[in-house]
Amino acid sequence: KKFKKNHEKNRGYRAHYPHFHVPYFRYFKMGESDYSFSLTTFSPSGKLIQIEYALSRVGKGDTSLAVKAKNGVVLATEKKVHSLVDETSVQKISYITNNIAVTYSGMAPDSRVLIRKGRKKAQKYFRTYHDPIPVAQLVKELAGVMQEFTQSGGVRPFGVSLLIAGYDDQGPQLYQVDPSGSYWAWKASAIGKNTVNAKTFLEKRYKEDMELEDAIHNAILTLKEGFEGEMNENNIEIGIIGEDRKFRTLTPSQVKDYLGELE
Amino acid sequence: MSILEYNGGACLAMVGKGCVAVASDLRFGAQATTIATNMPKVHRINDKCFVGLAGLTSDNQTILNKILFRTKLYSLREEREIKPSVLSNLISTMLYEKRFGPYYVEPLVCGLEGPEDKPFISAMDLIGAPLLAEDFVLIGSTVTEALFGICESLYRPNLEPEELFEIISQCLLAGVDRDALSGWGAVVHIITKDKVVSRTLRGRQD
Repeated sequence: KKFKKNHEKNRGYRAHYPHFHVPYFRYFKMGESDYSFSLTTFSPSGKLIQIEYALSRVGKGDTSLAVKAKNGVVLATEKKVHSLVDETSVQKISYITNNIAVTYSGMAPDSRVLIRKGRKKAQKYFRTYHDPIPVAQLVKELAGVMQEFTQSGGVRPFGVSLLIAGYDDQGPQLYQVDPSGSYWAWKASAIGKNTVNAKTFLEKRYKEDMELEDAIHNAILTLKEGFEGEMNENNIEIGIIGEDRKFRTLTPSQVKDYLGELE
Repeated sequence: MSILEYNGGACLAMVGKGCVAVASDLRFGAQATTIATNMPKVHRINDKCFVGLAGLTSDNQTILNKILFRTKLYSLREEREIKPSVLSNLISTMLYEKRFGPYYVEPLVCGLEGPEDKPFISAMDLIGAPLLAEDFVLIGSTVTEALFGICESLYRPNLEPEELFEIISQCLLAGVDRDALSGWGAVVHIITKDKVVSRTLRGRQD
């Protein structure tokens, strides 16, 4: 049996351009929004609208931020869940390896896919070289994955930005990866709802040779700035990595101690 | 006659005090015929990392090209040079991938690694089983009995670079003299944290 392709069946001129879902009479008057449906088509101003939309999804997510100190990195994130949800079962900070962790702002299911891929890539690297994956290499791999989903057919970009923190032979490092696949190394950064205010706050308080304890203090203060409602040890998550190169998430009681120090 | 004995050849690495020495013979032959007398079996990957390859010459060349490919990509991507221990694991993985149709090579990796330039040596069989030794490793299926005996007798730990050169040269030259398929001179590299000294030795030309 021979299956006819779309353009071989008698569907008319538009069958040759299945990605143009606009009515034929609007073909000659294309505006920005007309390119917003298809990821693999640039808009006239040179944007990929789907990525812009993905970024606005990230901008609606709970704030996450991170600060790099001279002897470690701290990740801090809001963990706003419904009062009936068991907050101990929700994990916004996840480990990729013993010395690299990630937090996100945006769609949790999308972040799970990336974390899974990141863990597998890290183990694959170790399988070949018997050497732990450098943070920069892992970031490049994950950013590459996110970029693939901006240039393939039938997929959509990831609706998350990631903050990846780790400690390897190059020292403490912090990276942010966006839905487009761009990544930057940061000294301190914030993503999600409160990104603009948080970054301004961090910029004022950041010092080059900050100690890890100061970084934790600043991270919690910054988180508190934009927090709606009362911040306590059950609706935020803090993770730190120091010179011992072992990432650990603080327990609620440890977070409570830090919050107590703030007052 | 095993395929690993077709070309002959021998390669030896020894650990000294803050240094590593690696040496190989120079013969290239096809069974009884000697084709060339200037083919060393030790190759430089970077200033602190050397690879020795014994076994079938054809597969040696292929594997060497693959190793160079992987290590060059590694240094471009990671912006740092590969360490000998990491290279050893890489080669082990590469060889095991061909477990049921292997490369007929026996590799040897040696070098200095880490901030203290700690010596590292390792050897593998043709499917990548690694052997990490503290004193010396040798490869070359035709010379193993002769070389093991003499290395065990002459080797002692914590030799200075110049002494290590003497010991490794004596071991290799005496060992290949007992093997018809290896010899025709030797090349020795002494690797220290500041420099690599390479010397070519003229042994029995038979």
